[in-house]
Amino acid sequence: MTENAAPTNMGSTITQVPNPEPGTVDMMVNMGPQHPATHGVFRMELRVDGEQIQDLVPHIGYLHRGSEKLCEHELYSQIITLFDRLDYVSNFNNELVIVSAVEKLMDVAPPPRAELIRIIMCEFNRIASHLLFYGTFAIDMGAITPLLYNFRDREKIQALFESVSGARMMHNYFRVGGVKEDVPDDFESRSLALCNELEHGIDETDRLLTGNEIFLERTSGIGVISGEDALDWGLSGSVLRASGVSYDVRVDEPYSRYDELDFGIPVGSAGDCWDRFYIRILEARESVSIIRQAIALMEPGDTMAKIRRIARPPAGEVYAHCENPRGDLGVYIVSEGGERPYRLKIRPPSFCNLQALRDLTVGHYIADAVVILGTLDIVLGEVDR
Amino acid sequence: MTSQGSSGGGNNPSNSGAKSTSSPVKRREPQVQRAAVALPPEGLVLAERLPERLATHKIEVGAAIDEVVCRVPADHLVDVCRQLKDDPTFGFDYLRLLTVVDYVDPDGEFEVVYHLYSMKHRHKMMVKIRLPERRPSISSVTGIWRGADWYEREMHDLFGVEFEGHPNLVPLVLPEDFDGFPGRKNYPLNDYEEW
Amino acid sequence: MAIEGMEIIEGKGNTPAQSPFQRSGVPGVITANADQLVALARKSSMWPLTFGLACCAIEMISTYMPHHDVDRFGIVTWPSPRQSDVMIVAGTVVKKMAEPIKLLYEQMPDPKWVIAMGSCATNGGPYYRSYSVVMGVDHLIPVDMYVPGCPPRPEALMDAFLKLQDKIKLDAREGKVD
Repeated sequence: MTENAAPTNMGSTITQVPNPEPGTVDMMVNMGPQHPATHGVFRMELRVDGEQIQDLVPHIGYLHRGSEKLCEHELYSQIITLFDRLDYVSNFNNELVIVSAVEKLMDVAPPPRAELIRIIMCEFNRIASHLLFYGTFAIDMGAITPLLYNFRDREKIQALFESVSGARMMHNYFRVGGVKEDVPDDFESRSLALCNELEHGIDETDRLLTGNEIFLERTSGIGVISGEDALDWGLSGSVLRASGVSYDVRVDEPYSRYDELDFGIPVGSAGDCWDRFYIRILEARESVSIIRQAIALMEPGDTMAKIRRIARPPAGEVYAHCENPRGDLGVYIVSEGGERPYRLKIRPPSFCNLQALRDLTVGHYIADAVVILGTLDIVLGEVDR
Repeated sequence: MTSQGSSGGGNNPSNSGAKSTSSPVKRREPQVQRAAVALPPEGLVLAERLPERLATHKIEVGAAIDEVVCRVPADHLVDVCRQLKDDPTFGFDYLRLLTVVDYVDPDGEFEVVYHLYSMKHRHKMMVKIRLPERRPSISSVTGIWRGADWYEREMHDLFGVEFEGHPNLVPLVLPEDFDGFPGRKNYPLNDYEEW
Repeated sequence: MAIEGMEIIEGKGNTPAQSPFQRSGVPGVITANADQLVALARKSSMWPLTFGLACCAIEMISTYMPHHDVDRFGIVTWPSPRQSDVMIVAGTVVKKMAEPIKLLYEQMPDPKWVIAMGSCATNGGPYYRSYSVVMGVDHLIPVDMYVPGCPPRPEALMDAFLKLQDKIKLDAREGKVD
């Protein structure tokens, strides 16, 4: 898009271009809402100079379903259904947030076995979510193979979920005060076998991508955010930890029985795309170790606390949060003592992470914007709610 | 602190009397209980420090389950937030959540709630301000925590709260031409409609 | 390699193998209704638009992946509406997204088919009473197949594809071709 510097005789008044060099104008590029690299219905308006991004305006709301308003009109047990559909790649983690918030408000503790079942399911779901991330992130950079292998492993996890909860994705399995029913008899042996397979699968992805020179070139030093900026933007999860801030809800405000388990929190230093990717590889390995420990701790027992079937928490307000695969998912409930919350507000980690996109991408190339968006690992169901 | 239901005696039929005739809707539950407060140690320290450090700002300190709640007059909000972030005793460098609660009773008020967390001290608190429902307007805190940007835009969409000083208060989650503020309690739930 | 009663010359170098039609009893010419013949080609090579809206998109991706593998039905996903002929509406359609969906549908060349995947795209599903959700994508664009489920299993989506293939075939037979 160059402006011709030579004067033309098209009009009566000829404006002399002050700069004799051929000037350029910026171009607007629209990406989305239907674009394979935006991971859903996300739209961004890019102002580019050649290939370089000068400005970026993110547009969200193409999946705004009004979940919070709907939650105010549902029973607490029905809200779990809506929470399943928030971050639709990590359903168990979402369920854990709402049930633990209501339990905190009611001052109910689920039985120890139910807590462990929840932890195991959540960690399996974290691995499933990270597997999807590796695949889609590799696709963003042009590598299609890892996705095929990662979905092979995801199918195995989903088969286990199906044997436990009856559904591949939207489980509605956690209940206020426990879980719906006990796990099947072969659950422990099956989970342990699956752990081995997943470990193998994660290693495979690691080997496929990590040492690759093109992959390194595309990710290291791209989309750098410092720890202070990350906190200022309210980032959380792997994106925050990649910038060197060690903050994981499982460790800093332990919920469920995470304080009995021994696991590490991978923390990066550079805060670039490479760190954000590799932290998720390490996290998935930690999750495998958590599952093994939790299975070793499991003892027979009840899976549901003795509470009334329709939860009726006391009046008050509560903020509960858990470490989701995408970050710190929280819920703020204002109860007036009824069967339905008076106000329910979700703290969506992807929403906060996405805010920083403009700062991360400006100055990079268009192809890098796709990579940076990939490492933020957004799920639009949670961004828009 | 917030609910009017804690007094709530007048609902078993024997002692209903004047109260039940004044309110046509009878509530079935016998008594509304309040959630118990149990502050963690760092919360207790915080609840002690807040009044002495912020004495000039007319704050009220309370608690909700395990969090310190600090009520601030609306015109002091930015000063208080600035101090909460910059004062090394508090060091609230992380805005977890910003939300609006629409209280219909007794006379229509919005409550803006800020959930803060300190990475250094690992303590947390809520800051609350009350706004009248007629012209809800409050200073923006985007200058203090940039993460407040989208939260404020979203709350502007859903509740119509004006955040003064916000750099770009345009619709975020709702379409540009959306009519009304769906987050408010008086906005009805949808029935089936042709589109 | 030889089949009994049929002599087939194998391909060598740049010379392709001889077709069995040329040597066997099968006639070299087939008469058929052109519409049906074209429908046969259309149904065997459906290109759905890569277009995920919400939760169902994850199950839609699962369907395309090797475990379920819809490639064997000739279904290849394609990210541009200009070259695709099937649109899978996988997820909740909200009012802000209504115009883009219409636009995408209009960009697709005829003939085109639409699968409404999941209960949200069918009738609003769990978000039935929400202020921002369109109660089913059939308020915007014509739908050929509704897949129940929240989200439907990959097998259900595959079943929808197979039923859509039948529909294309039957429509051609009954003369309902655009």
